Amino acid sequence: MFRDVALVAGKDLRIEWRSRVGINQIGPFAVLVLVLFAFALDPDRGVLAKATPGLYWIAVLLCGLLAIQRAFAVEVADGATDALRLSGIEPAALFLGKTLAVAAQLLVLAALLLVGVAVLYSATLGGWPLLMATVVSASVGIAGAGTLYGVLAAGLRVRETLLPLLLLPVLAPVLIGATRAFEAALAGTPADGWPWFGWLAVFAVIYLVAGAALFGPLLEEA
Amino acid sequence: MQPVIELRGAVALLGRFPALAGVDLAVAPGEIVLVQGPNGAGKSTLLRLCAGLLPLRGGEGRVLGADLRRAARDVRRRVGYLGHRTGLYEELSVHDNLQFWARASGADDADAQRAMAAFGLDGRLRDVEVARLSAGQRRRVALAALVARRPELWLLDEPHAALDHDTRDLVDRLVLEAAAAGATVLLATHEHERADAMAQRTVTLVGGVVTSDTAVPATEASRVP
Repeated sequence: MFRDVALVAGKDLRIEWRSRVGINQIGPFAVLVLVLFAFALDPDRGVLAKATPGLYWIAVLLCGLLAIQRAFAVEVADGATDALRLSGIEPAALFLGKTLAVAAQLLVLAALLLVGVAVLYSATLGGWPLLMATVVSASVGIAGAGTLYGVLAAGLRVRETLLPLLLLPVLAPVLIGATRAFEAALAGTPADGWPWFGWLAVFAVIYLVAGAALFGPLLEEA
Repeated sequence: MQPVIELRGAVALLGRFPALAGVDLAVAPGEIVLVQGPNGAGKSTLLRLCAGLLPLRGGEGRVLGADLRRAARDVRRRVGYLGHRTGLYEELSVHDNLQFWARASGADDADAQRAMAAFGLDGRLRDVEVARLSAGQRRRVALAALVARRPELWLLDEPHAALDHDTRDLVDRLVLEAAAAGATVLLATHEHERADAMAQRTVTLVGGVVTSDTAVPATEASRVP
């Protein structure tokens, strides 16, 4: 099981490393989103500072969508989905491997965006344990839910437009929890943020368990 | 001896269209069977059904002793299927693709290496991205991936498509060797002359049903390229 998880995650990360889509497209897109938010709210610096946690997580979600769509685009391009079904890889291992790869990409993007908000929004980053725990749990939650809904949309011709419609409402709890936790961390009151970290951790665990159980049947329909 | 493929009144749908409308077929172990018929006759659907990639919507079906309705996953692990699409990752090299698919199928790196050598992929093409390969070269990689997993049942949909003459001969030789080693082969191809030289039987599909099932004369079936 763990061998297959590592095999799938390694394959997805190798594809991303070779194609450079994350570095050349999703990363610059993430920075661009932050810049546009800054342009929109610049006249009132107070609003920008206050909205930083929310804007940060909206940027993470938008970039996450791209990473998730990309993770399934490589599978459907030349019929690899069928080949995966023919392989001996357990669907749960496939789900966890793809989730791990997306989460790893999200962690890199989240780190890039942290630098972005520090530079562009003059945000003073603090409460590092809470910040780190929030980034990790939210990234795993986004990746888990995204991989589950990604396979649901993978077999459809309208997958590129359908996935955001399906996924963004589902990820609203992550947006709320991660934003609240970041607000507490940046305000210097991390104790107020840890319950929200718990919320994010529960979300991530629910989707990891549900994804491991449901990925197989959904892959059959893809 | 129990047939490797046993279909009775098998029905498979493509959307709502019955691509197979009651197929009866039995294939014995070690047999090479040619499936022929006009475009849209249901040849590819039959192969996909036998691979466990399409659900059985009517009738009964067993492949390698497993029920297609209840144990399709068990079937899929034991068959080698080559379809119209290669199932390769364009961003990865030939070597990385073959290594991944070998490991994913429970084969080891040595199996992948042997398959690469058999298809002449261990030279200058080894580290080339699949995206840079021609259609024929991609087909060779897909065939090598199939060979590496050493399946009990080979399901080949137009295996000669886009291949040069030498590689077509190689495919025929590998099919015959696999059958001699006990594997069963079901192949759909428009290369009837080549297929007749390998196959022991020819099954003709028209409109999703079997219209003829005839033995190929032994003199023709015994030819080896």
